[in-house]
Amino acid sequence: MADIVTVETDVIVVGAGGAGLRAAVEARAQGASVVLICKSLLGKAHTVMAEGGMAAAMANVDDRDDWRTHFADTMRGGQYLNNWKMAENHAREAPDRVRELEAWGAVFDRTKTGRILQRNFGGHRYPRLAHVGDRTGLELIRTLQDHAIHESIDVHMEMTVVSLLKEDGRVCGCVAYDRERGRFKAFRAGALILATGGIGKAFRITSNSWEYTGDGHALAYRAGADLRDMEFVQFHPTGMVWPLSVAGILVTEGVRGEGGVLRNSEGKRFMFDDIPDLYKHQTANNEEEGWRYVTGDKDARRPPELLTRDHVARCIVREIREGRGSPHGGVYLDIGWLREKMTDSEEHIKRKLPSMYHQFKELAGIDITKEAMEVGPTTHYVMGGVAVDGDTQMSTVPGLFAAGECAGGLHGANRLGGNSLSDLVVFGKRAGEHAAKFAKEHGSGGASDASIDGAIKEALEPFERSAGNENPYQVQRDLQLMMQAKVGIVRTEHEMAEAIEGITALKQRAANCSVDGNREYNPGWHTALDLKNLLTVAEAIARSAIEREESRGAHFREDKPEKDEHWGGRNLVTSMQDDGSMRVREEPTIEMPNELKQIIEENQL
Amino acid sequence: MSDVTLRIWRGAEGEGAFEEYSCSYDPGMVVLDVVHRVQAEQAPDMAVRWNCKAGKCGSCSAEINGSPKLMCMTRLDTLDTSEPITIEPMQSFPHMKDLVTNVSSNYRAKKSIRKFKPRAPDNADGTWTMHQEDVDRVQEFRKCIECFLCQDVCHVLREHHLHDEFVGPRHFVYSAALEMHPLDTEDRLADLKKTQGVGFCNITKCCTKVCPESITITDNAIIPLKERVVDEFFDPVTKLFRIFKPKKTDS
Repeated sequence: MADIVTVETDVIVVGAGGAGLRAAVEARAQGASVVLICKSLLGKAHTVMAEGGMAAAMANVDDRDDWRTHFADTMRGGQYLNNWKMAENHAREAPDRVRELEAWGAVFDRTKTGRILQRNFGGHRYPRLAHVGDRTGLELIRTLQDHAIHESIDVHMEMTVVSLLKEDGRVCGCVAYDRERGRFKAFRAGALILATGGIGKAFRITSNSWEYTGDGHALAYRAGADLRDMEFVQFHPTGMVWPLSVAGILVTEGVRGEGGVLRNSEGKRFMFDDIPDLYKHQTANNEEEGWRYVTGDKDARRPPELLTRDHVARCIVREIREGRGSPHGGVYLDIGWLREKMTDSEEHIKRKLPSMYHQFKELAGIDITKEAMEVGPTTHYVMGGVAVDGDTQMSTVPGLFAAGECAGGLHGANRLGGNSLSDLVVFGKRAGEHAAKFAKEHGSGGASDASIDGAIKEALEPFERSAGNENPYQVQRDLQLMMQAKVGIVRTEHEMAEAIEGITALKQRAANCSVDGNREYNPGWHTALDLKNLLTVAEAIARSAIEREESRGAHFREDKPEKDEHWGGRNLVTSMQDDGSMRVREEPTIEMPNELKQIIEENQL
Repeated sequence: MSDVTLRIWRGAEGEGAFEEYSCSYDPGMVVLDVVHRVQAEQAPDMAVRWNCKAGKCGSCSAEINGSPKLMCMTRLDTLDTSEPITIEPMQSFPHMKDLVTNVSSNYRAKKSIRKFKPRAPDNADGTWTMHQEDVDRVQEFRKCIECFLCQDVCHVLREHHLHDEFVGPRHFVYSAALEMHPLDTEDRLADLKKTQGVGFCNITKCCTKVCPESITITDNAIIPLKERVVDEFFDPVTKLFRIFKPKKTDS
């Protein structure tokens, strides 16, 4: 018997960002007892960094908007590889989830008539993003946190899950260690929800924090669940590029939503040069029309800076590669030019984009109301994730649920800005509801002590190895550099094949990592443990990407630059085989019901 | 590339000493960057709490050359790098390891504050009507990233250790955000006076000075709360008046 503390509960939620908190609140509301496990302190999860807003067709600013248009926009953005059931649920339910946040104390920016204000964003036909300046994620997580602390949820902070427990083919618990002491705990439950976020730390330049090591993806994979769409990693077009130490930090799309423009070193607004056919009819073809759109003219079409993120990122890469980049290897993002259009532009920019003003002032010494920012693409989000049922959020393994970034399907080949925060609350709630129901129907499962002991033994191995072996920080860094170079924004078969080989070599090195010191708050040890997950997701990304022989959404191959009809109807699914090796298989996309097809038809023009 | 000497507090549960590390740095680097460099190259088990590295999550609070700051937002070129730079954990909270402290008292303090209780919705669709000018001051308070630097610098906590009787500046900001929320109907004044210790604050404004979000904690949050408490409990006219006309209703 493992000599460790065991906690029994109905539902375990792993991750305490927007999705995890919303799931925990809902499972409690359904009467389940809930354990919430967070890798950091409560309220610090990556959701705090979301800036622009949450998309919901409330039609507060433009009354032509409704869930149908939001659904069609999401599907078009995802190049129709989305799980349409999720896209439908998301578009239908997002407005209620936003209003619910207001009822729990969130204070969104207001329209002149006193309703929740909505702003323009890439790929959204109408102004749709409820927001609070450029700190919407903070508002969302704090509102959920402040609500959740009064709901009798058993919160375990600074605790990391190392393994899921299974019995009779269902997930019924997990093993975790606490950061402070390095002590292990076992959790047993009727259902478990993964809400662990993304994988950004698999790449060198990223907007993501240290926590984003693909834990949920890897835990689910090892528990036998399918992952889907792992080739689709979103490179946000605008991250900081200078100073080097802050490279990758996000510059919100809200800057472009508020009228910011992209220019190359020749001063040209290069986004007008390449507007994809799919978006030609709804994109402005001159600067004057673009500006009218920003100011709310309903007859104007949106400026090309607000095309989807995948496209904008590639245009930026093109400008840099062809020698028209800025001194530090980016392009210019200019919001200061608004002074030509308004007398109080300085105040306006500071009010609309306070965090951006602050961030550039403090970190780069640049006043964005006067000078252009230097920006370039940064690894931001993974569309791929645990394959789930579009209604219940349950994975292919009974009792295991996933919500938020670590779940796959809603965003298809590319996520629209603003669809992430709404994703968290829509599917956090659904996962909480259905996990509570599952736990009630199936009761608590028991896992063998041997599986608990095995998980603990493996986690402690880095201490057993003699010092002077591999340094986990160095292995992580080498993985990041390789993924950035070979499986990044522009991909080729040759480089991806090299990456897959490289991952095999890095796995060997990771298995040889040793750590100094003891188990108490030891980041070297934590890094060594996270490596296993990072390598799993890196492999899933590389193997899926090499399989998809076309360019679509966020996946761009220089050797296959066009879309391919065959692949337009296929998702790639990653799973672990009995011998522990990784398999990627093609699955045809599930056909949409006629009603939804018709909505997409109607929204073509 | 230049070199800097860091004096970093190493040890556990209050026991420990400063250790010196020499480290190279590049232009534009912040303190957290060099701390990470030391961690990756010289001291892999050095404990430091951080998340976003962009001044948005409030995890990497520490005292740099004696000043409470976020390590991720403190550029090396704002410090004198010809002298060793001292980095130590926040002093107001129990020490855990190296640069990490136990900040759980803050979570307890927040839980003691009564939650948001909105009035009935204004509109048939369950929504409320609020204007931007009505929410501006609350939005200032809601910028708080819970870095707890204000708690660190507040002498009521730092020197007098009244963590159980005084919730501290962060939680007065939180209370003010709720009390001044246009929709809220809860009354927190008795708690503020009796159990949360708003009276202990003698408005030295130390908290305001260290706030990385530039929230005017003392002037905009604490003083108005003190005034409300005074009006509620010490003004005889108001007191008499309130017997006949409750200030807030649950309509």
